[in-house]
Amino acid sequence: MLTVDVEKQLGAFALRVKFETRDGVTALFGPSGSGKTSIINMVAGLLTPDRGRIMFGPTLWFDAAGGVSAPPHRRGIGYVFQDGRLFPHMTVAHNLDYGRRMYRLPREPDEQARIVAMLDIAHLLERRPGNLSGGERQRVAIGRALLMRPRLLLLDEPLASLDAARKREILPYLLRLRDETVPMIYVSHHAAEVKRIATAIVRIDNGSVTGIGGAELLSTADDDALA
Amino acid sequence: MLSLSPDEWTAVLLSLRIAVVATTVALPFGIAIAWLLARKDFWGKALLDGVVHLPLVLPPVVTGYLLLIAFGRRGVIGAFLADWLGIVFAFRWTGAALACGVMGFPLMVRAIRLSIEAVDGKLEDASWTLGANRFLVFATITLPLALPGIIAGVVLCFAKALGEFGATITFVSNIPGETQTISAAIYTYTQTPSGDAAAARLALVAIAISLVALIASEWLARRADIRLHGVG
Repeated sequence: MLTVDVEKQLGAFALRVKFETRDGVTALFGPSGSGKTSIINMVAGLLTPDRGRIMFGPTLWFDAAGGVSAPPHRRGIGYVFQDGRLFPHMTVAHNLDYGRRMYRLPREPDEQARIVAMLDIAHLLERRPGNLSGGERQRVAIGRALLMRPRLLLLDEPLASLDAARKREILPYLLRLRDETVPMIYVSHHAAEVKRIATAIVRIDNGSVTGIGGAELLSTADDDALA
Repeated sequence: MLSLSPDEWTAVLLSLRIAVVATTVALPFGIAIAWLLARKDFWGKALLDGVVHLPLVLPPVVTGYLLLIAFGRRGVIGAFLADWLGIVFAFRWTGAALACGVMGFPLMVRAIRLSIEAVDGKLEDASWTLGANRFLVFATITLPLALPGIIAGVVLCFAKALGEFGATITFVSNIPGETQTISAAIYTYTQTPSGDAAAARLALVAIAISLVALIASEWLARRADIRLHGVG
């Protein structure tokens, strides 16, 4: 279980959020610019809060008062970025294996094969990220984050950079992700997407939590590109 | 006409040795300082930047003079190194390598710094979240992606070291077999009545070495580029 209670001043924008997540997929849902990405960057350790604490189960990741701040490479969080961020100088296979090597985890060929099959990327392994399609890149990015065996998976608008056809292509893979045991935080401003993927919703507006609950937090007027 | 005399060979090989040693020793420092300037903000950064670039704008003779004061036998650093570590720069080929390294250093740092700045910091963040500590982020992401710039920096420094004249001759003089590089030898031959042919031969050698270095760097940079962004 993740407990977040942090404050951060970003220029004129004040971020002040407090929420908890349980297992399953928790959506951080809210309009663009509401601070969702900054929140998960603080969870990941890429952005340092001004005040507050972040705990994962019994583990303290950040505590401003106690001077605790675990660096990202000690948090064991898998992060799927909006723009993929595959390493251009490595093959897809090396990208997938990167987290395991950095965390010095033993090889698990069966688990690797299972995830590669789940994401349908076996035919891409020897290619370079430079000549993958947007959808392929995002599937590899998801695989790379899963293969480091994360304790928590963060997905930042993984569909946002894709056109409608590509979104429909990726969505089934994201739905399969729900069957993984790892808890997830899914950032999106897209109600239809959240409705299909999330098991709990934290609504963020203008740097604050304005609701915690289920599908009732989604307004009906949201677009239906995924319908 | 095209065969070199033993003295000319000595100057050519000495130049190559000095340039290779100067560039090799400068490289780790060049990468470290380029990374600091590209990625870190710290007190005194502008000063460090200025000091590194000083040899580029100072008259080379002044750089050589400063080296003489600092690293000469009675210089503050020179005396210390000679007494405690047995390293002597004054009037030795090591001193020529030091002068050449100092002169080539700003060119090397500039090229490497630009290429490190061009590496997307978001990729470094991604590597960090995948379990790489600061050093591994640098070694597995920043460094390989900056490789074309590092090659360019090495070639620039090497070329500068090969052609350096003013700072070297001021610091370690022009001693055949010890500190007389190609440039110094050409200068000496042009000052002797029968030296024209020797000067011309050495000039051809200098042109050939520079061309080979340029072509090799182009080839390496293209290979590195294909490796980094290649289709395949």
